[in-house]
Amino acid sequence: MTGRARASAAPTPGDAVLASAEIVPSPVGAATPVLSEGDLARVLDRVAHQVIEHIAKIGFDAVLLGIPTRGVPLAKRLAERIAVFSGVDIPVGSLDVTLYRDDLRLRGVRPLGETVEPAGGIAGKTVILVDDVLFSGRTARAALDALNELGRPRAVQLAVLVDRGHRELPIRADYVGKNLPTSPGQSVRVSLAEIDGVDGVLVTEEGEA
Amino acid sequence: MTELDRPGRHLLSAADLSREQALAILETARQMHAIQTREVKKLPPLRGRTIVNLFFEDSTRTRSSFEIAGKWLSADVINVSAKGSSVSKGESLRDTVLTVVAMGIDAIVVRHPASGAVQRIAGWVDCHVINAGDGTHEHPTQALLDAYVLRARLGDLTDRHVVVVGDIAHSRVARSNVLLLTTLGARVTLVGPPTLMPAGVETWTCSTSWDLDLVLSGKAFGDVDAVMMLRVQRERMGGGSGGGVHDIGGQFVPTEREYAIGYGLSPDRLDLLAEDVPVLHPGPMNRGLEISSLAADDARSVVLEQVQAGVAVRMAVLYRMLAGADEPASGLEVVSA
Amino acid sequence: MSILLRGVAPLGGRPVDVLLDGGCITQIEPHLDAMDAQVIEADGLILLPGFVDLHTHLREPGREDAETVASGSAAAALGGFTAVHAMANTTPVADTAEMVEQVARLGALAGLVDVRPVGAVSKGLAGEQLAEIANMARSSAAVRIFSDDGNCVHDSRLMRRALEYVKPFDAVVAQHAQDPRLADHAACAHEGEVSGRLGLAGWPAVAEESIVARDVMLAEHTGSRLHVCHVSTAGTVEVIRWAKRRGISVTAEVTPHHLLLTCDLITGYDPVYKVNPPLRPDEDVAAVRAGLADGTIDAVATDHAPHAPHDKDHAFPDAAFGMLGLQTALGVVAESMVATGLLDWPGVADRMSCRPAMIGRVAGHGRPILVGEPANLVLVDPAGEYLVDPARLASLSRNTPFAGLVLPARVTATFLRGTPTVLEGELARREVAV
Repeated sequence: MTGRARASAAPTPGDAVLASAEIVPSPVGAATPVLSEGDLARVLDRVAHQVIEHIAKIGFDAVLLGIPTRGVPLAKRLAERIAVFSGVDIPVGSLDVTLYRDDLRLRGVRPLGETVEPAGGIAGKTVILVDDVLFSGRTARAALDALNELGRPRAVQLAVLVDRGHRELPIRADYVGKNLPTSPGQSVRVSLAEIDGVDGVLVTEEGEA
Repeated sequence: MTELDRPGRHLLSAADLSREQALAILETARQMHAIQTREVKKLPPLRGRTIVNLFFEDSTRTRSSFEIAGKWLSADVINVSAKGSSVSKGESLRDTVLTVVAMGIDAIVVRHPASGAVQRIAGWVDCHVINAGDGTHEHPTQALLDAYVLRARLGDLTDRHVVVVGDIAHSRVARSNVLLLTTLGARVTLVGPPTLMPAGVETWTCSTSWDLDLVLSGKAFGDVDAVMMLRVQRERMGGGSGGGVHDIGGQFVPTEREYAIGYGLSPDRLDLLAEDVPVLHPGPMNRGLEISSLAADDARSVVLEQVQAGVAVRMAVLYRMLAGADEPASGLEVVSA
Repeated sequence: MSILLRGVAPLGGRPVDVLLDGGCITQIEPHLDAMDAQVIEADGLILLPGFVDLHTHLREPGREDAETVASGSAAAALGGFTAVHAMANTTPVADTAEMVEQVARLGALAGLVDVRPVGAVSKGLAGEQLAEIANMARSSAAVRIFSDDGNCVHDSRLMRRALEYVKPFDAVVAQHAQDPRLADHAACAHEGEVSGRLGLAGWPAVAEESIVARDVMLAEHTGSRLHVCHVSTAGTVEVIRWAKRRGISVTAEVTPHHLLLTCDLITGYDPVYKVNPPLRPDEDVAAVRAGLADGTIDAVATDHAPHAPHDKDHAFPDAAFGMLGLQTALGVVAESMVATGLLDWPGVADRMSCRPAMIGRVAGHGRPILVGEPANLVLVDPAGEYLVDPARLASLSRNTPFAGLVLPARVTATFLRGTPTVLEGELARREVAV
């Protein structure tokens, strides 16, 4: 079963998409863990199975592209889990989207991440973009533009660890690890051992939005 | 994602860059370089930005490098050749520049035959200013691309020994390189005849020598890790033009032959260099004068890499300067009539 | 119309009352009755002979957008000058009797200072053929100083001939010492650490010193008078000291800016600091100050060089050479020489009035403050302060390197043959009795 959140015209603060909502309101600045290390591993495994279910139908002709920063280790882990469960090695790469962001002029200039094409390229393949959090959808849109410059895939799908709602563009994920309804004033942080030393997902109260 | 250390409004001198800032530019250049090998050489971050190449001095090489860099970042790039204007027509430099930027320009890339001209211009305009070479003073993007190539070949430049040979007195490439290489931790030795050494060079943070063979042998200031040959102007050698508009102080060296014998990168001198010592030249080369054809075509010559690096480095500089939010411009807003 | 200066200190000495009448000083007493005289309260003020500038550029004819004889005269009067020498590098060059008479006429018309035209040494300042020196000397302008200033008379033979030729007229050749083979037209910054770092064409000290050394020997050989313009280096001061000890008839001048400013100021490439000869390092500034103090350098001469903004709004190497100087001269001398204890007020009178008048053979100026002498005088407030505001200078141009500085001492009044040209620090427009 693929998780998805349907984009609505203008999500208002306070919209709560019930499903596996587990938000516990916290004082401002306090971080609430919503996924433990073990949870995260289980969620990733589930996504791996979902991916396998789909790509098995197309002869496993797919590649994973992680979006820096945390999408990259996630993509690697996903590929590893897919290999364990299916025996097939899916090529992995990374796709930096900084140059394609639509909000470059709103903040100081940002450093670039790495773009590494997966072995065998992307032309004619099904590309599965991998990111940690899906929020407004703008990163995913930028990723589609960045992908355009690399070549013409056969199809593009999106896999995210967490979908926190509040889409601003007509974007949806094909694979969602966890639906996490939030209010805009909250901040969702994924931490991964490869980058942050420990696995987990935290929600922080940022104060008035 | 964190923001880069906010760059200065302008890039006028290699001394404007701290070590961190220089390394940040070079790292961005590395990524820009990778993009160059793609089929579709177009990136969006500078879409809607207008850049003017305002060149008061001829330069196909540098100008087209900046032009490509801007266009590959989707900026609108316009070339204005102001050579021969201004001083000769009685129009002040200030008027010439203000006329150009009044059209609402985001950045100007300026090359001018007079030292300090670009610094003056930066004081008159609200847009960003990049120095593409001012007289004999500085050429910061050249130093950046030279550093880029050196790092690609040598890795970290800390304690590396770079030898720069030629007409140091009249070289903006030499000045910018001494500054930037020192910032990056390298040691520089300047080599040239006494008549082509700048006044006060003994106060610069580098070594100097009149003896190229001694320096290349490693016996003067230690082993040599890289060599940079500077272009010499034939007019500074004897037997050339005397007097006239291009008379630039007359004869500094008796003949081209004598210069080549004393300071040219001959095949014999090339042999003094280890196999992995890169040979740089900002171009265009005077084959047979400061660099022998053998040296120019040797595997150690990185001249073409320098050209490629030039585009990547200039893309990085433009990206850093123009992609993010602007600092509020000081001074009056230009209101169109 | 008589004027009583009450309680003034001549040359900074004991305060007295001084009466000016009919163009002369008529009485000097501890206390005088005013009667019908206009009274000027001068308590705390110093009375000096009106300053005489050996070196000014009035730009007329040719560059009236930068300065005219009239506007330059106004600046001079406000600076405490009663006589100025107008250099010959106008357009056209002042190398004929007709030209110099024209400039003198313009000066008389303005009526604020006595304008003494300087005649060119060579035709068109080209440094090749002698100009009509005798005709200029005999003209109504009575030229006594000849100079190609702007250019150096670098040809030794031409310099020798000029030195010989001026002898019958008791005139002097004033040399702009700059060997063009060592410092050409592109040279714009003192050759040294700063010029090397900034990539500016160097103007080495030896380019000035070698010419001065040659010229003093030529002056000795010809038995003629030599005057050295705008001394800027320690070496030049040494050469002149040696020459004077040897009995050679040489005099020298220094500009106010070379007494105060150093070459470090050009690191921002601002052409307001571009001047010929260039600003020099500390050692040279110290040497010219010492030279002026001990009299090796005879005079302060402004080399007032107005430039329209569009001639300075260029890159440093392309901008015009020169700085304003008439209105700020006293303040800069007070700052660099009086405040430092190198020169007292009688010394200021000597260097800014008496000796320049003697060098230029300017009758009636630089005279002692005694009964019977012509009343060419300046009132100075030694405790006053002068804020240099380019927008409020009388010159048509704005290129002063002292903008924003507060200088000590100010001119409160200037008198030309007994008639005030400046009162309370402002121009007083009046007819002048010739």
